[in-house]
Amino acid sequence: MNAAHSATADHAHDDHGHHTPGFFTRWFMSTNHKDIGTLYIIFSICAALVGGWFSMMMRHELGDPGMQLAQNGHQWNVWVTAHGLIMVFFVVMPGLIGGFGNWFLPLMIGAPDMAFPRLNNISFWLIVPAFLLLVGSAFVPGVSAELLGAGTGWTVYPPLSSKLGHAGMSVDMAIFALHLAGASSILGAANMITTVFNMRAPGMTLHKMPLFVWAMLVTAFLLVLAVPVLGGAITMLLTDRNFGTAFFDPTGGGDPILYQHLFWFFGHPEVYIMILPAFGIISHIVSTFSKKPVFGYLGMAYAMVSIGVVGFIVWAHHMYTTGISVNTQAYFTAATLIIAVPTGIKIFSWIATMWGGSIEFKTPMLWAIGFIFLFTVGGVTGVVLANAGMDTSLHDTYYVVAHFHYVLSLGAVFGLFAGFYYWIGKMSGRMYPEWAGCLHFWITFIGVNLVFFPQHFLGLQGMPRRYVDYAAPIPPEHLQGPLVNPIEKIKWIMDQEYGLHLWNYVSTMGAYMTGGSVILFLLIVFYTLFFGKKASGNYWNVQPQCMTLEWTLPSPPPFHQFDIQPKIK
Amino acid sequence: MTRVLAALTVWLATSLPALAFEPKPNELGFQPPASENMVRLEEFHNFSWTHINLMTIITAIVIFVLALLIWVAIRYNHKANPVPSKTTHNVLLEVIWTVVPVIILIVIAVPSYKLLFYLDRTANPDMTLKISGYQWGWTYSYPEHEGLEFNADIIPEAELAEYIPEGKGRRMLETYNPIVLPIEKNIQVLTTASDVIHAWTIPAFGIKKDAVPGRTNEAWVRITVPGIYYGQCSEICGISHASMPISVYAVPFEEYEAWIACVSGTGAESKADYPSRACVKSLGFDKYRNLQNASVKQEATNGASE
Repeated sequence: MNAAHSATADHAHDDHGHHTPGFFTRWFMSTNHKDIGTLYIIFSICAALVGGWFSMMMRHELGDPGMQLAQNGHQWNVWVTAHGLIMVFFVVMPGLIGGFGNWFLPLMIGAPDMAFPRLNNISFWLIVPAFLLLVGSAFVPGVSAELLGAGTGWTVYPPLSSKLGHAGMSVDMAIFALHLAGASSILGAANMITTVFNMRAPGMTLHKMPLFVWAMLVTAFLLVLAVPVLGGAITMLLTDRNFGTAFFDPTGGGDPILYQHLFWFFGHPEVYIMILPAFGIISHIVSTFSKKPVFGYLGMAYAMVSIGVVGFIVWAHHMYTTGISVNTQAYFTAATLIIAVPTGIKIFSWIATMWGGSIEFKTPMLWAIGFIFLFTVGGVTGVVLANAGMDTSLHDTYYVVAHFHYVLSLGAVFGLFAGFYYWIGKMSGRMYPEWAGCLHFWITFIGVNLVFFPQHFLGLQGMPRRYVDYAAPIPPEHLQGPLVNPIEKIKWIMDQEYGLHLWNYVSTMGAYMTGGSVILFLLIVFYTLFFGKKASGNYWNVQPQCMTLEWTLPSPPPFHQFDIQPKIK
Repeated sequence: MTRVLAALTVWLATSLPALAFEPKPNELGFQPPASENMVRLEEFHNFSWTHINLMTIITAIVIFVLALLIWVAIRYNHKANPVPSKTTHNVLLEVIWTVVPVIILIVIAVPSYKLLFYLDRTANPDMTLKISGYQWGWTYSYPEHEGLEFNADIIPEAELAEYIPEGKGRRMLETYNPIVLPIEKNIQVLTTASDVIHAWTIPAFGIKKDAVPGRTNEAWVRITVPGIYYGQCSEICGISHASMPISVYAVPFEEYEAWIACVSGTGAESKADYPSRACVKSLGFDKYRNLQNASVKQEATNGASE
């Protein structure tokens, strides 16, 4: 493939237009990293709308005590499960790794494409049926013939996920969905590792590699090492369910806690898989808009490596209350606290990059600064939760929900938006309207903080996670729902002797606001792609000291780039 | 000035809500502690100038980072600073921001470990409470009293008035059979489950343990304040996960013994549908509903006058 390409490269330099596959060939049989990246991004946005719809339903449900939308607690559990799995496996991962990774990893290292272009294609096309299987699992028998869908939480703990808790086949379907998504991730990761190790432009040593590429490399290693463990765990669950094994069944000598160890051995690296690519994106944006090279480049790169390594030895901090021994808890407390050190290095290095810079507050920079601040907030609550003793109070409460949404929904997702506004001109050749991007940022920023900050209070008060209804008196009819006088409603709530209503109500109002920001985002995307101003090759005026190779190409880059291999001094 | 301060203190103290051991609409932090476990947990978490605690540390870090970001945005925006510096590293600075967090973490780790090992178990239990979770309720047994075992299921909202006097019943939190426990006794808590995983917790006690089928987990509590306490299942367990609350009446030991005699005796209460509830009613334990509010309010006012 490569050889054939370089043979024709000599006389095909400037007429890239000649290579024009038809629509079907281009998008359904693609071997082009940019097109596949585009497919991933489109997929990620579509999945985000589905996953986001679940969150809107959940927040609406919790806006008042009692049952609003959910027919029963099981349906609620299905929403919780679908929201979690979709956001993790079908929004953040495809968006950051499949989308931006595919697009910019080859561009940044001066490569013409990924190492295995056809593997790249199958990676994408595995994730589509995976998503369909997962969504489909909500419509087949779950607990029983009447209760449809898998209501296990994204962690799929047995025995709730065993035949005992979910007799129907929906959990099997969800397991197959994860098998396919996992295979997709592993193949994609192998592709990226190979690309980084073999296809860097001459002169680009590992220590000269852009930080986004470092982030993708560490992420890819985490994927290759962690996802097979998830595959093993859910396959054991599958055989427990269907073939009479008893890996996790105490009545057959198995142990439900074994599943939790296996799951979190995958699950904890998984959270770094979601955040590391965002770290990479933020580094470039901060550097570009401060007009300074990233401060402490090597420290930044090795901070990510050490986060990746330590990320594998902290898993049981998700299991402090399961009855693991006190000494084990003590070890995992220490290991988990240590993660704060490389994370701190990253936060301070970003600020140091801005220090002395000449900062322009364009939309991507707003998202990046928002990311740094909100990730700090989510990080320090992580330090609180790292303490096994403290976790006694906070485990499985809304405090945990607030914590991981601060690092994911306000961390990884802010990284996604930052990357989108930073690179959309490069990817589409058209610019978004700056004022609209800023407006989108501010609405989202206020909205998500309204959603998640009050959840700390709910958690401290003791509200458990994954609850369809909570302890609070039901308000009179005229004060139910979102379309009532908020002052009157809050007054009524404050007059009650007990209840968790207030902060749930505030959180829900924030969710409506965030939902509105999503509509604005879609309008911006639509406007940009069809009416946006044409973007130049280096539309951010990236300075030589912050330059990465994608800015040396036109926007959008030619179908095949770097016919003449760039050299790095 | 002192008058203003005094007025402010009085206002703050008297505006304090009646701190019952349940979630409150106007509260931001933990429910008030009712055991040494929770007192220590709260000490480790809440703001204080006298000892190391998480809130002070994490708030300081967040404010520090926020202040740096604001300063950078003002001082180094492109209008204020048109020419960027060329600095790319500073070894001393990088060493500092590696070492200082390590020191902060060690400072956190010391009280954290003290707390962890304190919460683990009690060496000398005075009594044991065995808990088994099921879909969707709890089976409680008191091994020191043979045959004393009952299930605790949620009271639906419509039936609250029937079981709890004066409309004080808490929606989603009350069970037909409540648990009754003595104060000032070391209580060993053993949890297990008969179907899927559940988790047993009482926020005001500083206790939470998963109830795992095939395993027995241990925790402990020494309740210090009489009152009525609530918890809720804290591990997703199916359709009624939100509807398997935990409700505890903590009473002085003599009253606890009276309750034991009542539920394991031969009176009408022990033959009722819900013997524990019947005994709680006949022994008048619901008096603690008002008492706990009153006593805490009293404390707050006392604090203000000092």
